[in-house]
Amino acid sequence: MIRLLRSMVRAYTPQMLLVLGLVFLQSLAALYLPTLLANIVDNGIIKGDTTYILQTGGFMLLVAVGGTLASIIATFFSSRVAVGFGRMIRRKLFTHVENFSLHEFDTVGTASLITRTTNDTNQVQQVLVIILRMMLSAPMMIIGGIILAVRQDAPLAWVLVAVIPILITAILVIMRRAIPLFQIMQKKLDKLNLILDEGLTGVRVIRAFDRVTHESQRFATANQDLTDTAIHVNRIVAAMMPIMMLVLNFSTIAIIWFGSIRIDQGAMQLGALIAFLQYAMLILFSLLMVSMLFIMLPRAAASATRINAVLDIQPEIADAATVNDHDTERGYVEFNHVTFSYPGAEEPALADVSFKAIPGKVTAIIGGTGSGKSTLVNLIPRFYDIDAGSVLVDGIDIRAMSQEHLRAKIGFVPQKTILFSGAISDNLRYGHAMATMDEMRQAAETAQATEFIETMPDGVDALIAQGGTNLSGGQKQRLSIARALVRKPEIYIFDDSFSALDYKTDAKLRAALKHDTTDATVFIVAQRVSTVMDADQIIVLDEGRVVGIGTHRELMATSQAYHEIVASQLAEEELA
Amino acid sequence: MSTPRTTQGPGGPGRPGGPMGPGGMMGAMGMPVQKAKDFRGTFFRLLRYFRPQTLRLVIVFFAAILGTVFNIVGPKIMGQATTKLLEGVVAKLRHIPGAAIDFAGIQRILFILAGLYLVSAAFNYMQQYMMAGVAQRTVYTLRQQVQEKLNRLPLRFFDTRTHGEILSRAVNDMDNISSTLQQSLTQLITSFVTLVGIVVLMLTISPLLTLVVVITLPLSILVTTVIAKRSQTQFKNQQRYLGQLNGHVEEMYTGHRIVKAFGHERASITTFNTLNDQLYDAGWRAQFVSGIIMPLMTFIGNIGYVFVSVIGGILVTQGAIAIGDVQAFIQYASQFTQPITMLANITNIIQSTIASAERIFELLDEPEEIAEATTAISIAQPRGMVQFQHVNFRYKDDVPLIEDMNIDVHSGQTIAIVGPTGAGKTTLVNLLMRFYELNSGQILIDGIDITAMQRGALRRMFGMVLQDTWLFNGTIRDNIAYGREDASEEAIIQAAKAARADHFIRTLPQSYDTILNEDASNISQGQKQLLTIARAILADPAILILDEATSSVDTRTEVLIQKAMSDLMQGRTNFVIAHRLSTIRDADLILVMNHGSIIEQGTHEALLAQNGFYADLYNSQFTAKPIPVEAV
Repeated sequence: MIRLLRSMVRAYTPQMLLVLGLVFLQSLAALYLPTLLANIVDNGIIKGDTTYILQTGGFMLLVAVGGTLASIIATFFSSRVAVGFGRMIRRKLFTHVENFSLHEFDTVGTASLITRTTNDTNQVQQVLVIILRMMLSAPMMIIGGIILAVRQDAPLAWVLVAVIPILITAILVIMRRAIPLFQIMQKKLDKLNLILDEGLTGVRVIRAFDRVTHESQRFATANQDLTDTAIHVNRIVAAMMPIMMLVLNFSTIAIIWFGSIRIDQGAMQLGALIAFLQYAMLILFSLLMVSMLFIMLPRAAASATRINAVLDIQPEIADAATVNDHDTERGYVEFNHVTFSYPGAEEPALADVSFKAIPGKVTAIIGGTGSGKSTLVNLIPRFYDIDAGSVLVDGIDIRAMSQEHLRAKIGFVPQKTILFSGAISDNLRYGHAMATMDEMRQAAETAQATEFIETMPDGVDALIAQGGTNLSGGQKQRLSIARALVRKPEIYIFDDSFSALDYKTDAKLRAALKHDTTDATVFIVAQRVSTVMDADQIIVLDEGRVVGIGTHRELMATSQAYHEIVASQLAEEELA
Repeated sequence: MSTPRTTQGPGGPGRPGGPMGPGGMMGAMGMPVQKAKDFRGTFFRLLRYFRPQTLRLVIVFFAAILGTVFNIVGPKIMGQATTKLLEGVVAKLRHIPGAAIDFAGIQRILFILAGLYLVSAAFNYMQQYMMAGVAQRTVYTLRQQVQEKLNRLPLRFFDTRTHGEILSRAVNDMDNISSTLQQSLTQLITSFVTLVGIVVLMLTISPLLTLVVVITLPLSILVTTVIAKRSQTQFKNQQRYLGQLNGHVEEMYTGHRIVKAFGHERASITTFNTLNDQLYDAGWRAQFVSGIIMPLMTFIGNIGYVFVSVIGGILVTQGAIAIGDVQAFIQYASQFTQPITMLANITNIIQSTIASAERIFELLDEPEEIAEATTAISIAQPRGMVQFQHVNFRYKDDVPLIEDMNIDVHSGQTIAIVGPTGAGKTTLVNLLMRFYELNSGQILIDGIDITAMQRGALRRMFGMVLQDTWLFNGTIRDNIAYGREDASEEAIIQAAKAARADHFIRTLPQSYDTILNEDASNISQGQKQLLTIARAILADPAILILDEATSSVDTRTEVLIQKAMSDLMQGRTNFVIAHRLSTIRDADLILVMNHGSIIEQGTHEALLAQNGFYADLYNSQFTAKPIPVEAV
C-alpha cells in the first residue's frame, strides 16, 4: 500500500500539494468559525455591541464561503488524482500482463489476474478517494484544533490531553477484539456459501442419492455457526458508539467544569469556553474518522499487495537484445532434443523430442491424454521456453527471433476455442487486418463455416457475444479455424481442433483444408486415429517421449504403442 | 456483512460492493438505487419475519428512542450551566457585592447531565446489543427458508438459471438485508427521533431562532436532490464504462494465448487505454459530484450557524434569551442537518434492501416439485425392470422432444445410448429419476408407475456415474460413503478396491482421510471418476446410468475406469451413454439420439439393416475408411 501511495505522490506531486493546501484552508475555516463566535460572545454579547456582532457575523459568512470553496476545489482535484491514479495502475497492470507468457498466466491464474486488474485496482482507488477526501483533513483538524485550544487556554487543554488517549484506547480495545472475529465470520460465511454452491452444482447427485436431508443438516449447522459468530461480533461492536459518545460527552462536562473555574479565576473568557467546547468536538470527531481508516486500510492493503505481486513478476519470455529476423526459408520447423518441464513438475512434459517438419507436409501428433501433444505444439509459437535442446523455425532458433516475427508465421487453432466479442468479420480478420471480403469468404468456405454464417441475421457482420455464447461449440471451432486460414501463414497448428465437429463436417473440412494448405507446414494434434492416418508423418507420444515416428503404414508395422491406440479405436476387421 | 460496518459516524453506513465501496461516513449518496416492484407488499412480508421476536424488537425501539432523547436533551441542560456561568461573570463585572459564580448550581446541572449521558449510553448499548440478536436470527431464518426452498424446487428451475443468479440472491441479497437489519433500522428510528426532538427542543428555546434554522431545510433538500440526480447519471456512466473495461480485461486474459499467437498485444492495449480513459473521465466526475454534497451540506449548516450566532447574540444583548440557550441552539443547529442526510441515505438503503428482499421472496415463491403421492409405494427388492409407455416429453411447450416412446427393458439388460453430443443423455437421466415430469404417458419400474413412489425411494434404486463428476468438499471416505450412510469402513474400502481406486487413495498423504479441496483439484479428473464409481458400487443400485466417456484422463487410468465400469455393470440394468464399440454391439437395445430426441431404436444388427442414421454414424465413427481426398 505504502509503495503504491509513494508512486501516487510521485506522479501527482503538484496536484497533491494543491489538495493538501486546500484541505488546510478548509480545516482552518472550520476551526476559525468557533473562534469568531468566541469573539461575538466576549466582545459583542457581553459588551452589548450589536454592530460588532453583525460585522463579525458577516465575516463568519465569508469564512464559511471560503472554506466551502476550498473544499469543493479540493474535491475536484482529489477526485481527479485518486481516479487518475486508479487509471494509472490499471494501465500499468494491463500493459504488464499483456507481456506475460503462458507460464505466468498458469502461475497466477487467469481468474486471479482478472480480479487483480479489475476489483483490486478499484478497491485501492476507492480507499484513495476516501483518504484524499476525508482523511487528509482529520490530522489537520486534530493538530489545528489542539493549537487553537491551547491558544484559548493552555491549562484547560489538559482535558484534551487526558481524553484523547482514553478515546484511542477504547477504539483499539474494541477493534482488537472485533477485527479477528470479523475475519472468522467472513470465513464462516464463505463456508456457508460453499455448501450452497455445492448444493447447486451437485443438485442431481444429491437428489439421485437421496441425500437432501443430509445436505440440509450441513447447511443448518454452518448457518447456526455463522449466526452465533455474527451475533457475538455485533454485540462487541455494539459497545463502540455508546462508549465514543460517553467519552465525548464527559469531556464536554469536564471542560465546562474546569472552564468555569478558570473563568472564575479570571484567567479565561466565556467565549473562549464556548469555542473550546467546539474545538473539542471537532478534534474528537476527527479522531473517530481516522480510526475508520484502520478498518478500510487492511482491505486496500491486501489489494495493493496482490497488485504489486503481479507488477513484480518479470515475464519469463522476452525478446533477445539483438533479434535475428532475417530468415530466408519458409515453413521449416525443427526440434532438436527438446526437453521441457512445467514449473514445479517432477517429470518433464516433453523429453528429448526431435523431429523435422517441412512445407507441404502434414505432421500429426497422437498419444493419450497427458502425453504432451498440446505441449509440443505450444512450444512452436514460443508460448513456453524449453529447458534443453532447441526449436528452430526457418533455420533460426526461436529464442533468437522476435516473438512478433515468429508468431506472424503461424496460424494457431487452439484446443479451447476462443473468440472475441464483436462481428464475425472482426474475428476472421483478427490475424490479418487487411483481409478482403473474398479472402474471408474463401477461408469460411474451407472451414465449412459459410453455411451457418449465412443463416445468421447479419451474415459476417453478425455479432458474437462475449465468450461466443451465442454459437455452438462446432460453430466456434469452425470460425477459429477460418481465422487461422485468413492469415495464410507458413505454419498451421491445429491443436485438437476438430473435436467439436461431427464426423461428416470433420471429413469435409479436412479435405478442403488439404487444398488450402498445399504450401504450408501443418501440425495436427488429434485423438482420433482416423484424423491422423493419412498424415505424412505421425509422431506418437507417450508420457512426453517420442515412441514412434513415421507414416501410418510404417507405424503399424513398427510401433507397439501406435498399434494399441489404433486397436482401441478401430474395429478389428479394419486393421488389416 | 462483508464490511465491518461498525463505527459509522454521521454519514450513515455504506453499501458493500457499490462503486464507492466501503462507505462508512461517506454514505451512499447520489448512487443509483435499485427499487422494489412492490414496496409495500415486500415490506410487510419482511416485517412478518420479526413476529417471533416482537417483544425484543419493541424493547429495541424503546431503547433507541430513550437513548436518543436523553442524548439530545443534553445541550439544553448544558446551556443552563453556561447561563449560570454568564450570570456570575456579568455580576462580577458589574461589581455587585457578593457576586460569585454559582458553582453549586453548575455542579448540580453537570451531575444531572452526566446521569443523562450515562443512561443514554446504556440504552444505546442495550439497543444495539439486542438488535444484533434480532437481526442475525431473522437472517438465519431467511437463509434456512431459502435453502429448504432450493431442496423443493424442480430441476427445471436449476437448469434454466445460472448458478450465479441463484447465488447472488442467496448471498449478496442476504448480505444486504443482514447489514440493513443490523444497522439501518435502528438508525432510521434514532434519526427520526433526533430530528423531531431537536425541532421540539429548539422551539421551547426560541421559535424565532428555530425559524432561522428551519429555513435552511429546503435549501439542503434542494442541494441533495439536484446533486443526487446529477451524480446518479455519472455513476451510471462509470458503471457502464467499468463494465466495458472489465469485459475487455476478462476477454483478453482468457484469450491470452490467441492474443499472443496472433500478435495482438498492442491492439489490445490500445483498446484498453481508450476504455480506461473513458472510465477515468466518468469516474472522477462521479466522485466529484458526489463528493461536493458533503461540503455543500456543511456550508448550509454553517449558514445556519452564523445566523444563529448573530441573531442569538443580538437577542442576548436585548435580554430576550439566555446565552446558554444560544449555545445549546448552536449545537442543535449543527446537529440538525445530520439526521436529514442520514434519513436520505437510509431511504436509499431501505429501498435497495426491500428490492433484495423482493428477489429473495421471488425465489421463495417459485413453484415447487409436484407433491409426492400420499400413499407412496416403495419397492423392497427392486429387480430393475424399466418400461416407457407412450412417453411424451418436451422442455419447451412448442418444441417436441420425445414423442410416444415405448421401450421395455428387462432386469439385467444393457441399453446403449448413442449419437452425437447433445442434451440427449441428460434428458434420459431427467426422466428416469423423475427430475422432470412427463407431459404424458408413464414410466414403470418393476411395473410400478414412478409417480406413485416417493422421489427419494425411486432415486435410491438408481446409480449414476457421469462424466462431470461431483464430489464435495470433504474426506474421500465421506465422498465414497455418500450413497450409503451406514457404510462400514470395510465396505468403503471394498468399494474403492472394486473401483480400482484403493491404490491411488493410499498414495495420498492422508489416505482415505484426505480432504478434497474446494474444486477437488488435488486429485486428477480420472481419479475423480474412479471415486464416483466407488460411490456407485457402494450404493449398490438396481439400475445404473453410466457415461462411458473418459475425456481428460490418461490412458492407464482410462483402462482402469473401463474395467471398473464393466464390473459395476454386472447384474444390473444399465443405461450406458456408449462410446465403445464393444458396449454398443453387445447391448440389448440401442437408442439412437440426435438433437435430444430418440430417432431410432433396436439392436445393432437391426439398426444396421435399417441403413439409417445409426448406420451412417457407425460407418463414419467406428470404421476407418480412408476419407476420400485429393492426393497431395
